[in-house]
Formats: sequence, structure tokens, C-alpha cells
Amino acid sequence: MSSSRNALQIRESIKDLEKGLACFRIWHALAFQEIKQRYRRSVIGPFWITISTGIFVSTMGPLYSALFGRGSSDYLQHLAVSFILWNFISSAINESCNTFMSSEGYIKNFKLPMSLHVFRTLLRNVYILVHNLAIIFIVLAIFPPENFNTIWLVTFTSAVLLLNLFWISLILAVLCARYRDIAQIVSNLMTLLFFVTPVLWSVEMLGARGRFFTELNPLYHFIESVRAPLLGKPISELSLVVCLVSTIVLAAFAIILFGRARQRIPYWL
Amino acid sequence: MYISANAVCVDFPIYSFTGNRSLKKNLISLATGGRVARDASDRVTIRALNNVCFELFPGDRVGLLGHNGSGKSTLLKVLAGIFEPTQGELEVSGRVCSMLSITTGLDYDSSGLENIYLRGILMGLSKTTIDSMVDDIVDFADLGDFINFPMRTYSSGMSMRLAFAIATSTNPDIILMDEWLSAGDSGFAEKANNRLSSMVERSNITVIASHNPDLIQAQCNRVITLEHGEITSNERVG
Repeated sequence: MSSSRNALQIRESIKDLEKGLACFRIWHALAFQEIKQRYRRSVIGPFWITISTGIFVSTMGPLYSALFGRGSSDYLQHLAVSFILWNFISSAINESCNTFMSSEGYIKNFKLPMSLHVFRTLLRNVYILVHNLAIIFIVLAIFPPENFNTIWLVTFTSAVLLLNLFWISLILAVLCARYRDIAQIVSNLMTLLFFVTPVLWSVEMLGARGRFFTELNPLYHFIESVRAPLLGKPISELSLVVCLVSTIVLAAFAIILFGRARQRIPYWL
Repeated sequence: MYISANAVCVDFPIYSFTGNRSLKKNLISLATGGRVARDASDRVTIRALNNVCFELFPGDRVGLLGHNGSGKSTLLKVLAGIFEPTQGELEVSGRVCSMLSITTGLDYDSSGLENIYLRGILMGLSKTTIDSMVDDIVDFADLGDFINFPMRTYSSGMSMRLAFAIATSTNPDIILMDEWLSAGDSGFAEKANNRLSSMVERSNITVIASHNPDLIQAQCNRVITLEHGEITSNERVG
């Protein structure tokens, strides 16, 4: 009895995800709308995102490369890519916590797949990332990496990163709708993780012990899997394995959790 | 096209409620609202619908009657598929149009025309379908050049006219309404009334929650009365 109920919940969960994915037009329209709303009546509009990242990278780059005593071209590449990826990952994770709360109006008035709102939040952050890509292009044009041999890997590893973020978003969206303290825990944790993840600094600056601890941090591997091939460096096998394994583990957990909670979400809002 | 509800129950969990036991007991005897109960894990829940059974068939125009908090709106939201019943079974077959909150999803910084598309997409319509409906909506809302202006420049009556025009622009099988919709000044209200009536006539099943006995008499051939989330009468009229 209970195992057949679990199987049913998992089927329903996957069905919701499929339907949500199929509603691409709706989540695209809503995500686009939200970005438009945020920059309504601003002359430069969403390009403020590009400008503020540009200013950050061009100011902090030279400063930190002097502080760390590293060549500024090397460091600027590293900083631009890491900082932009970090912003994407951290805002996708932070905003996923409020996914269902901020969609309450839609959830309580339209019969839409519940996963649609998770897709929307992630897509909104992808659109912001796209604005920041300009900075990566500029930095890599001025300070080109040694080679572009591994650049094709970026498409694959970014897809894996997106998948990971989607499952994390789904898990956090569900948990935060029910337990409202989790959003606070997550936002505190993300602030802390900004400093312990190699964004401003890089693993090469650490000794073996520090490296060991850094490698326990999955966010390091998420960033590294996209950053390394983009900068023409080999990806460590460990990073690839962590990213792939976490996709599978997170997917399994997310699908089960979502199956159990899906029907209850409107009652929690 | 039919709706069938079999022993449908809806329990709302109240997580923020930490009052003491005696207060919980007092709540149980409240005059309005659903029954307060405790679930298996001792949480306070409100039973908004209890053991609701009915079947609706094409041609049914159902009026939902009941005091405030008797479960009318909850029942509409269950029929709309927004709340899944906590117990019991519900089957709804047919394209459902829920007109419970016709202004949700409208963006006041976008123009009237943009909002037609936005709301259309949310209603699950394709771009070509919306394209074919736009003229009818714009004509009916009759906002002149304002249709190209941001909605925040509209008066509340104008916003309602647009929302109403969009909501009544489809041909659903099943219509769910919380009170008869109306919009605009007296001239527009009459036009709106005719448009809504013809939409209801074209539909197969309509369910309207209302406090207005005259309206129910005029529009409905079935009346379901709810009290504390339970059906106390279910009869054919007219």
C-alpha cells in the first residue's frame, strides 16, 4: 500500500516536472516580465547588471592581484569568471527559497504545474547571468587564456551546473514553503560560503590542508567545472565526478521530496 | 463533461497557531468558518470542506449558497484544481475557466495590450490564439488609446473593464465564479452582463458562489447550500 503510494507520488512528481518544462512560454514570459519590472523606467535598464559587475571586477581585480601578489592578467581572468558564476549560483539558490511564497498569487489563482515557478526563478537568474557574460567576453578578449582547447566542454559543464541548480532550487523551494526559517539559514550560509569558496582567491594559493577542506565544498566543484575549461585549464576528475554524482543524488532526493509535498504547497502559503 | 466529487474533504493546517488547549476547544464552537480539528500529529487544522459529494452534468447552472466561511470559495478553488482534496476524490473533465480573481497576473507597469498577452499566456493560450482574440478584447474593453498606455494610468473601473474583457474572451466548458462579475459604469455594466450571460450559456457547466438569491434564481437551475463545509441541501430549482 505505502510503496504503491510512493510510486504514485514519484510519477506525479515527474509528471509535474514534465508539464512545468512544457510551459516554457509561461515561465519565460514571467521571468522576462520580472526583469523588465525591476528596471522599469531606468535608461540603461538591465545593463546596470553588466555595469555594476564591470565596476566590481575592474576595481577589485587590480587591488586583490596586488594583495595576493599575482599577475593581474591571470587574476582578472580568474576573478571575472568566478565572481560572475558565484553571483549566479548564490542568487539562484537564495531566490529559490522564496519561489513559492512570491508566486502565491499565481499558485492560488491559476492551475499551473508547481515546478513552473522553480523554472521561472532559475531562468530569471540565467537572464541576469547572460547580461554578465559580456564582462567575461571583454576580460577574455583583453587577457586571452593560454588556449581554447577545452572551451567546448563549457557547454556540457554549464548544463550540468544548471541541472544541479534546478534540483537544489526545487528542494529549497519546497522546504522553505513549509519551514520558513530555512531561507534565513540559507542566506547566512551563502554569505559564509562566498569567503570559503575560491571566488576571490584560488585553490593554488592554499596548502594541501586548505585544499582538502576546499574540495569538500560542492560549490567549489560547480564553479571549477565551468571555470577551468573556460580558462583553458584541465578540469580535475574529482570536480567532474562531484558535479555528475550530485546531479543524480539531488535529482533523486528532489523528485521524492517534491512528490510528497507537491499537493500540499498551496496549503502552506 | 462532468464534475464528480466523492467525499471530498479539505483541511487547512494552521502552523502559526500555538494557543493553549482550552482556546482550541473554544474555537471548535465558533459560529462561522470550518470545523477546527486536530490531525494525527496533533496540529490544529481547519476542515473547510467535509465529506462533500455531488455530481454535475452538462446544462447544470449551480448556485452555491452559504454564510461567510461556509466553504463556497474553498469549493470553487478545489474545483479549479488549485487545492487538491486532502481526502476523497474529485474528477473534473472539460476545460475549466476559473474567474475567481480576474486581475491576478496583470502588470500595472505594462500597457493594456501587453497585459492581454501576459494574461493570455498565463491562461495557457498560444500566441496565435491570443492574436485572434485581441481585437475582440480591445473592442469590448473600449478603452480607446489607453489600451497602449501603462495600466497604472487607468482608473480602477478601466482596469476592471480590461480584466473583465480578457476573462470573458474564451469559450470554456466549465465556468467557476465567485459572485457574478461586473465592471465599469452603468452603461458598460449592461454590456458586461450580456457578455457574461452569453458566455455562461455557451458553457456546459457553471458554478457561481453568491449571496444574492435573485441572481441565483435568475441564473441557476441547481442550488447547493453549504454550512460549516458540509452540504446541507442540494436541489434542482426553476
